[in-house]
Amino acid sequence: MGCGAVGSLFAAHLSLLDDVETWAFDLNELHIAAINRDGLRLSGAGEVVGHPRGTSDPAALPPCDFGIVATKAMHTRPAIAATAHAFADGCVATVQNGLGNEEELAGHVERVIRGTTFPAGKLLEPGHVQWDVKGETTLGPFDGRTPEAEVQRLADACTRAGMPAEAVDDARGPQWRKVIFNASTNPIGALTGLTHGRVCERPDLRALVTGLVDEGKAVAAAQGIELDADPEELIDHAARKDVAYDHKASMLQDVEAQRQTEVDYLNGGIVRFGREGGVPTPLNAAIQALVKGVEASWTQS
Amino acid sequence: MTKVVVAGAGSIGSLLAAHLARVADVTVLTRREEHAVALREGGLRVSGRGDFTARLGATSDPGALPAAAELAILACKSTDLEPLAARLEGALARATVMTIQNGLGAEEIVAAHGEWPLLSAVTFMSGTRRGDAHVEYVLDTATWIGPFRGTTEADARRVAELIEAGGLKAQAFPDLRPAQWSKLVFNATVNGVAALTGLPHDFHFAQTEKRSDLGHLVRDLVDEGKAIAAAAGVDLHDDPWEMNVLATRRGHRHFPSMLEDVEARRPTEVELINGALVREADRHEVAVPLQTTLYRLVKAREASYLE
Repeated sequence: MGCGAVGSLFAAHLSLLDDVETWAFDLNELHIAAINRDGLRLSGAGEVVGHPRGTSDPAALPPCDFGIVATKAMHTRPAIAATAHAFADGCVATVQNGLGNEEELAGHVERVIRGTTFPAGKLLEPGHVQWDVKGETTLGPFDGRTPEAEVQRLADACTRAGMPAEAVDDARGPQWRKVIFNASTNPIGALTGLTHGRVCERPDLRALVTGLVDEGKAVAAAQGIELDADPEELIDHAARKDVAYDHKASMLQDVEAQRQTEVDYLNGGIVRFGREGGVPTPLNAAIQALVKGVEASWTQS
Repeated sequence: MTKVVVAGAGSIGSLLAAHLARVADVTVLTRREEHAVALREGGLRVSGRGDFTARLGATSDPGALPAAAELAILACKSTDLEPLAARLEGALARATVMTIQNGLGAEEIVAAHGEWPLLSAVTFMSGTRRGDAHVEYVLDTATWIGPFRGTTEADARRVAELIEAGGLKAQAFPDLRPAQWSKLVFNATVNGVAALTGLPHDFHFAQTEKRSDLGHLVRDLVDEGKAIAAAAGVDLHDDPWEMNVLATRRGHRHFPSMLEDVEARRPTEVELINGALVREADRHEVAVPLQTTLYRLVKAREASYLE
């Protein structure tokens, strides 16, 4: 569900498997028409042409074993509300950014899989996605209602299809690592207009990033979550000229295009979990308020 | 008639010059000669809350300013003050010089370039430049004046009376710091948030219904500013949060200069406003994580188009 870049990577790959029937659900009818006509093409990090069955009509979806939700976080609710009927006996995995998607899905379906994925790309034209980055996906049960065997079955299918995935007992570590990374860097790029590398080479701004990371780490620790890697190291690694120095954060791209951002699910998620755990998060709250202010500025009369 | 020099003809300088020209002999010092020519030849038009055209002198040459000037108002942006004060060295020998910049530190910059008696001012009026010789008078709020070096409250009062006679609002204070700091905390907060969000100073700045509403951040920033003022021994004249709430209720959506600067990709006044406030916090050892964040973000935003 949601066949932007990430959803298309999963849909195209999974459709290559003989033992899997893959559906691509997206409200972009031009994209769906192109998929049904010419297939779903990935180019860049790998060349793939998949043939998932595309639809924009929730009623067209048959009962499914698995759903993979890859919409922007603010579209989770309408997406699952429209399609929940197809997963009455299945499991729904989120591979979205941010915090709170699992809780949203669990309000509509019984069995939810927490997922974090690192592959990325962008939609070039209907039916054609540029695949920029390969990477791992981590999947884990959201709560005791999701059978571990089903998580393993989805991870195996993804891996066989060419999207390496690992099933784990607790997928919160990679999720929070990614959320802290994104919440601490994306909005700084969005508010200042600077690329990731330029954010990191200004010592005062890098110190602000550390302040945001520290709040995120404290909130994660209060929930007993062990991060699988230190976000600080990942941030510095990404700032290298040969890695992502010139990368414009997706939130900066959103702001430049005046598209709603995922700040409520990144910094807003850290603030919310912090409040529930009694951990103060003043910097994340300030950043969330500023980005919400940016969004509000687009609807000025 | 009193001879007055107004240096800098942006919106504030133009409003002061045009109104003072009704009761004083005004000469405007501009940076560009064609600006001076336009003012000399066509006068300076005021629209909005006023509707008149003032006749005044104008020059881009500091050496051509009247030697008998008794008052010189330096009305440039704070980013232009240092070069302006340097150009005025040795000139205006009989004048009292008044600064009116946002932020802190303008008086010290000018003091380093001459022995003039100095007055401090802050202004809450606003206008919009419509061209070299046309300014729209938008907000008719007051200009506050106080002594700084070699001057007294009586000197401040004489200037306030002259400005009032010209048709603007002005008030003298024995010590300007309480008012100056109120405006400093207000400007650091409102201008910084506006520059980063792109929002004019409107209802969002006072909105506190939802947890992520901007008003919470604005109030927290103001609270940090109040703590700095208290540590610096300044008893604020006005509560900057109340100033914020009142301004957003005026129904007029004011575009702070820092927002206009960012949108026009010009240098902003962040150093003399947010930088000055954060440096005062450091000096008095007050932790201000939010004001520090705002300062860093605006500096970085500025760097994104200047560097």
